[in-house]
Amino acid sequence: MLTIGLTHYLVVAAILFTLGVAGIILNRKNIIVILMSIELILLSVNLNFVAFSQSLADLTGQVFALFVLTVAAAEAAIGLAILVAFYRNRGTIAVEDINSLKG
Amino acid sequence: MQAVFFYLFATIMIASAGVVIFARNPVHSVLFLILAFCNGAGLFLLAGAEFLAMILIVVYVGAVAVLFLFVVMMLDVDFAALKQGFIKYLPIGVAVGVVVLAELGLVAIGWSSAPSASEAVANPIIPQMSNTAALGQILYTKYVIFFQASALVLLTAMIGAIVLTLHHKPNIKRQKIEEQNARTRENVIEIKKVPFRTGV
Repeated sequence: MLTIGLTHYLVVAAILFTLGVAGIILNRKNIIVILMSIELILLSVNLNFVAFSQSLADLTGQVFALFVLTVAAAEAAIGLAILVAFYRNRGTIAVEDINSLKG
Repeated sequence: MQAVFFYLFATIMIASAGVVIFARNPVHSVLFLILAFCNGAGLFLLAGAEFLAMILIVVYVGAVAVLFLFVVMMLDVDFAALKQGFIKYLPIGVAVGVVVLAELGLVAIGWSSAPSASEAVANPIIPQMSNTAALGQILYTKYVIFFQASALVLLTAMIGAIVLTLHHKPNIKRQKIEEQNARTRENVIEIKKVPFRTGV
């Protein structure tokens, strides 16, 4: 119990991933919290990469986590920019009002 | 000692991730997201990824979370109305969460690595080298194409965000450099001969 191994990290990352997925479902109407839940999921993925990198003594996992971080930052910036542009046009960001493509 | 800090960071991270999901006020969500990222950086430190831990603090706490905070505070949205369906979605959310957690738990506890996994190590960690130096050593040589590609992703995101949010209001006077440069003395200055003692 007092030596922290790979399984500890995997369990923590699994709980964090679950919280992120549950957050997407629970906050179906609030797109900002959905974006935050996606960030939580990506953090748990990074935690897995780093844990395996330490366990296998291989640096590749950390390089991959770096790229995941880059893409996550780009995704957050684009998502929030779309949100601001949408709010300016429609005056709302409720997910159920975003339905112009439904036909 | 390492175990104590591991459990401390892990507990605070998971608790604050829970608050991110359940908070009524999105500003609280963002602040607890920052706390979750700080503790995630602590876990990275414990796992020996010092550079990634610092990047997590700088990029996420310093940039992404502040971006979230700006957007939450800038948009005048009735967040209480957005919270309406929470109770309705609670059973399905908890059900999906339990299923995902059970599956991931089975994998996390029951997995075993292939015996040849240690032979497939591509970039072994050298204990004499600092984490940042070792990462730089392979990032700028072996993975330089991917490094440039991720830079391109960031450039695209930057241009996209600017194009999406920049909008020109009409009726605002702007500097038009090409018009200024196209001015010549002939069509700008007019020389008038003023008759003596009569005025213009």
